[in-house]
Amino acid sequence: MTTISMRVNGKDVSAAAEGNTLLVNFLREGLRLTGTHVGCDTSQCGACVVHVDGVAVKSCTMFAADAEGAEITTIEGMANPDGSLGTIQQAFRDYHGLQCGFCTPGMVMIAADLLKNNPDPSEQEIRDYLEGNICRCTGYHNIVKAIQAAAGQNVPSVAAG
Amino acid sequence: MYAFDFVKPTSIDEAIQALSEGEAQALGGGQTLIPTLKARLADPGTLVSLAHIADLKYVRVNGDVIEIGGGTTHATVAAQAAEAYPGLADLAGRIGDPSVRNRGTIGGSLANNDPSACYPAAALGSGATIVTNTREIAADDYFQGMFTTALEEGEIVTAVRFPIPQAAHYEKMAQPASRFPLVAVFVAKYADGVRVAVTGASNNGVFRWAEAEQALSSNFSAGAIEGLRHSAEDMIADIHGTAAYRAHLIGVMTRRAVEKLT
Repeated sequence: MTTISMRVNGKDVSAAAEGNTLLVNFLREGLRLTGTHVGCDTSQCGACVVHVDGVAVKSCTMFAADAEGAEITTIEGMANPDGSLGTIQQAFRDYHGLQCGFCTPGMVMIAADLLKNNPDPSEQEIRDYLEGNICRCTGYHNIVKAIQAAAGQNVPSVAAG
Repeated sequence: MYAFDFVKPTSIDEAIQALSEGEAQALGGGQTLIPTLKARLADPGTLVSLAHIADLKYVRVNGDVIEIGGGTTHATVAAQAAEAYPGLADLAGRIGDPSVRNRGTIGGSLANNDPSACYPAAALGSGATIVTNTREIAADDYFQGMFTTALEEGEIVTAVRFPIPQAAHYEKMAQPASRFPLVAVFVAKYADGVRVAVTGASNNGVFRWAEAEQALSSNFSAGAIEGLRHSAEDMIADIHGTAAYRAHLIGVMTRRAVEKLT
C-alpha cells in the first residue's frame, strides 16, 4: 500500500492505493467521490469517464498510480463555484438528457471533452463522440439535444411531460 | 485482479531493466491489458508502466517517412499525423472511442497484435518498420499470427516508421458492440506498388492480400479487383460472422477503400 497524490477538482488530495487500484476506485473509495460511476467495468459503457490532464479517459481502465500528480476533473467538479449546475449539467436537465441518471456523469464529462475540442459540433459529430458512452434509457436523442443546447445551438425545447 | 507491484520508469533504459526482473509485464495505455488483468487472464508480478517515458511520445516527419514513438496515443496520432499521413491519422481517429483513444498507444496495439486491431493493418499495409529497444523489424516479419509477434521477452516497441504513401485509406466494417473491426482493409498506394492489409478476418491475424495487391498495382481502380474473391479458408468464424461472410467482406472493404482513393 502506498499513498498516491493528485489534484482533483482543483484540490490537492491523497489516499492509500495498491498497485492494482484503478483510478475509479481511488476516486470512489479513496476520496469518496462517488459521482463517477462503474457501469460495465470493461471499458465499454463510459459511466466512469473523468478528465485526466485535460482529456477524457475511462477511469475504470487506468491505474491510480498512473494518475499520480495528474490534474483530474470529475462530475463533482462540473458545477459552478456557487453550487449551481454548470452549463452542460443545466442543459441535460432542461432537455431531459437523463432518466435513471446512471450514465449521466460520464455523459456530462464526455460532452465537456467534446465541446472543449469542438465548440460547435454537428449532430453527427456529437453522436460519433458518444460512441463509448452507453445510455439504456433515453435513446440518446435528448442527450444529443442537451449537448447542442450547451454548445449554444438553437434547439427546440422538449415538451413537458 | 491479482496483486502486482507497479513501477513507473521515466526512461527506456529503466523500463528495460524493470522488465528483465521477475515476472514483469509492460503496460502501454492499458486499454486491452487492463481488461485482461481484470479477467485474471494475466498474473504479472510487476507491471511496468510505459506512460511516463517522454522519449516514447512523439510524431516526427523525416522526408517521406513518418516516425511515431511507441507510447504515442491514438488521439495524438490522429491530430499530429493528419497533415503528413492522413490515411494513418484517420485510422487512429476511428479506433475504439474518444476516451480509449486518449489512453491507448500505437506500441501497445502492435505489441498485442489482436487479430481484430486496427494498427496492425496500417503497419503491414504501409510496409512500416517496427523499432524496438534492440533492433528494427520489417512489418512483413513482425506479425507472426494471432497475438503473436517477433518481439522477444522484455523487448518493447519504441517507435514505428511508416513510409508515406501517395494515398491510403482504411475501410472498416465495425462490429457494433465491441467497435473492433469485423473486417477492415488498409489500402496504400506507393510509387512502386500497392499494399493491401486485412485485419479482423483471419485466424492468423493481419495479412496481405497478394492477389489484390497485384491487380491494383497494375491498374489502381475498383474495376481491377471486381470478381476477385478471397478464400474463406482460415477465416475467423464466430457468432458475429461466418468465415464465408468475412471472406466476402474482404472484397467489399477493399473495393470501397479503392473507390475512396480514385
